[in-house]
Amino acid sequence: MITKKRYERPVIKKLESNMPNKFGMRTEYEPVLHIEDIAIKDLITKYGSPLFVISEKKIRRNYQAAKQAFETRYPRVQFAWSYKTNYLNAVCNIFHQEGSWAEVVSGFEYDKAIRNGVPGSNIIFNGPDKSEQDLRKAVTNNSLIHIDHLDELYLLQEIAKSTKHKPKVAIRVNMDTGIFPIWDRFGFNFENGQAWDALNKIMFTGTLELVGLHTHIGTFMLSPNAYAVAAAKLANLAQRLHQKYDHEIKYIDMGGGFASRNTLKGAYLPGVDTNPTIDEFAEAITSALINSDFRPKNPPLLILETGRALIDDAAWLLGSVIANKRLADGRRSTIIDIGVNILFTAFWYAHKVTPAQKFTSYTEDTVLYGPLCMNIDVIRDNITLPLLNKGDQVVVHHVGAYNMTQWMQFITLRPKVVLIDQNNKVHVIRNNETLENMLELEALPDHLANFDL
Amino acid sequence: MNLKNNIAISDSGFVFNPSSGESFSVNQIGLEMLNMLRQKFTTEDIVTHIEKGFQAERPTIERDLNDFIDMMNQYHLMQDEDE
Amino acid sequence: MKTNKPTLTIGVTGLNAIDSPGPGVAVIRGLREAASFNCRIIGLSYESLEPGIYMHDIVDKTYHIPYPSTGTEILSDRLDYIHEIEKLDVIIPNFDAELYSFIKLAPKLKSKGIHTFLPTLEQFEERHKVNLPEFGVKYDMHVPRSKAVYTPNEALSLEKEYEWPLVIKGKYYDATLAYNFDQVKSSFNKISAKWGLPIIIQEFIHGTEYNVTGLGDGEGNTIAAVPMRKQYITDKGKAWGGISIDDKKAIQLTNKFISETKWRGAFELELMKNKAGDYYLLEINPRIPAWIYLAVGVGQNIPEALTRLAMGWPTEPFKSYEVGKMFIRYAWDMIVNLSEFEKISTLGEL
Repeated sequence: MITKKRYERPVIKKLESNMPNKFGMRTEYEPVLHIEDIAIKDLITKYGSPLFVISEKKIRRNYQAAKQAFETRYPRVQFAWSYKTNYLNAVCNIFHQEGSWAEVVSGFEYDKAIRNGVPGSNIIFNGPDKSEQDLRKAVTNNSLIHIDHLDELYLLQEIAKSTKHKPKVAIRVNMDTGIFPIWDRFGFNFENGQAWDALNKIMFTGTLELVGLHTHIGTFMLSPNAYAVAAAKLANLAQRLHQKYDHEIKYIDMGGGFASRNTLKGAYLPGVDTNPTIDEFAEAITSALINSDFRPKNPPLLILETGRALIDDAAWLLGSVIANKRLADGRRSTIIDIGVNILFTAFWYAHKVTPAQKFTSYTEDTVLYGPLCMNIDVIRDNITLPLLNKGDQVVVHHVGAYNMTQWMQFITLRPKVVLIDQNNKVHVIRNNETLENMLELEALPDHLANFDL
Repeated sequence: MNLKNNIAISDSGFVFNPSSGESFSVNQIGLEMLNMLRQKFTTEDIVTHIEKGFQAERPTIERDLNDFIDMMNQYHLMQDEDE
Repeated sequence: MKTNKPTLTIGVTGLNAIDSPGPGVAVIRGLREAASFNCRIIGLSYESLEPGIYMHDIVDKTYHIPYPSTGTEILSDRLDYIHEIEKLDVIIPNFDAELYSFIKLAPKLKSKGIHTFLPTLEQFEERHKVNLPEFGVKYDMHVPRSKAVYTPNEALSLEKEYEWPLVIKGKYYDATLAYNFDQVKSSFNKISAKWGLPIIIQEFIHGTEYNVTGLGDGEGNTIAAVPMRKQYITDKGKAWGGISIDDKKAIQLTNKFISETKWRGAFELELMKNKAGDYYLLEINPRIPAWIYLAVGVGQNIPEALTRLAMGWPTEPFKSYEVGKMFIRYAWDMIVNLSEFEKISTLGEL
């Protein structure tokens, strides 16, 4: 029997002077057929589509590279895993096994870290919303509390009095680092003296133990220099504390926000080429600290809370083509089973999407839609894709950060997440949702139980 | 609807419309379809032919062929029978 | 001596020649006239209608290369393919938008025996339009006030500081004047759609424009510098005719630029002399300009010198140039067979 050739839909393209020729695009979309040696086809057959896939090997490699980048430049470095970036327990525990502390921004995340077995003293508690109950727990557990505003500072002083504990605190400082926008909503401002003022309040009352200084200057930062400015400003505060109170802080926490390798919408060159590497961030931060006037007997511990840059490229989202359509204006559109409800980051990245099977060099400019019956469900508003057939599989790259936390159950149910371990064994680390899961949380009043139609 | 008679089609998939001066590029399947259209095969015949040689369901091929003909129509590569 | 000239295979981009022409063809004319080597020219093109592709006495063979926006990995693969066939000695990239990728790839290319002579990434970034204000402060040069903005509304606040018109510039290309806020918005949208964000809003300096093209050896020495005044300007602001001038101040400024930044490679400075006679540095283009053949014509063959530097050959600085020579650009209609267009469009090679 003659084997039939792979079908590809017929396509005719006008050759225009300003049009990228098909050649130029030929190799842009090399098919990605495997993740860590496991066939995508097999993963989808076994675990369904769509499917999140995380590589343990890649996470550990990323972590070790980041750790090395900082440790070769600075004597004392500690990472704290940013729970909000991805708080699946399996992911958190990979980081904890590697030596990361936990960085949390809510009571929910705090409890998750405790349940994962992180000692209270290795949890950094950030964010503007910490309830009195949360704070009491954190104080008794000796956790590191990063104060966001004065109300929190006063509340902590009361808790200190009533519990006879001396809470370990840092303040979060916001500042002008020469970048736009300035994140001034969190913490105390450096330039207008708020931060210095808050530090004085802590030092004077003596009910709290000031252990560190914290900043977090923005998200998806493309300028390592901004971190150098920030580190210098924190070092300046540390130096002033040293002078005025002879008090040495134990750590400087530079937060996170390092860009990953994703491409922001509106960028001309791909992020893989242009975004700074972790080494560049490390160089900026550590040289600023080393070159500052702050000369304590023991160099303060340098804490990094980077999340995105460690996890983004360690996860992929697999999906399938539902249909192809031609839009009224002649553009080609392809509908896949990956929607913005599970790929939140599609709102700000031009995610790289590759087919999971071989194809010819022909491509079409395509709008890539998700499956939701919602106009905003667009994965890529303009992407040059090979000619995909219904049922073909695609891979969305660099989805590890924020998607598995910011996703929502909307219109449809959330899919499975699998982890490929270091021996290429696949584990389901979060099951897909079922209708039963959803209904469990609901309650129906008796009088609404029945109806006739 | 037929393919205009004077359309030049090369084996590499380069298509030239001498009356408008426009040129186009088609892929392998498109080229097979174009050549059959030129030989006045019916769409029915074309679908059957493609179905024999390629891994695809008849309705998919039918729909894609119609879309392809639509596109060629938009590019003014087709003409009415009596033209 | 002449018989012993080595032959170099040189890849050149920028073969387009629309009303905002690419420098490629002019660069190749310089290379073909080089006294110290012979060359075989490999054109590297992005689009099928770049005229250089069809000039067979200028370009020996052309290959399409992928757009910079597809990333260095794919560009690198394509260059490997071309290198395998052609054995390239040197590549001279001539587009702003592709320079980043070539600078990033330079060490990799070098390891394969392909030489380039490009600015360092630090120099490339530092001179960027977005960073021009800091550049002016750092090297003590007059620059127009400007700001990189991400939304048209951010430009509103500048309205109070600068006077109309404002210059609206793309990250890589395109610049228009806007006389009111509506024009700012429309230019913002048009330019950002093509070249991404940010958009640079610059204060408009009244005066006379001068350009200098030059070459720095990366150690702070000026290898070449030729100042030119535009005589005929297209509506895109491109020189269609110009004259070499004797302008000591512009040369001084160029020497200062090269010695302070230790500029490596070719460049073009866009200068504006205001009524008081002060020079403002409007823009630093980190590559050879389209009017480079004037420099060749007045005695400073910058493409040749750049190639020598790339090869690591000893290269003497040019000492002088002829003042008062003009270039007058003209368009030239070639007759081309459709089969050639077919070849480059379907195979990506001609």
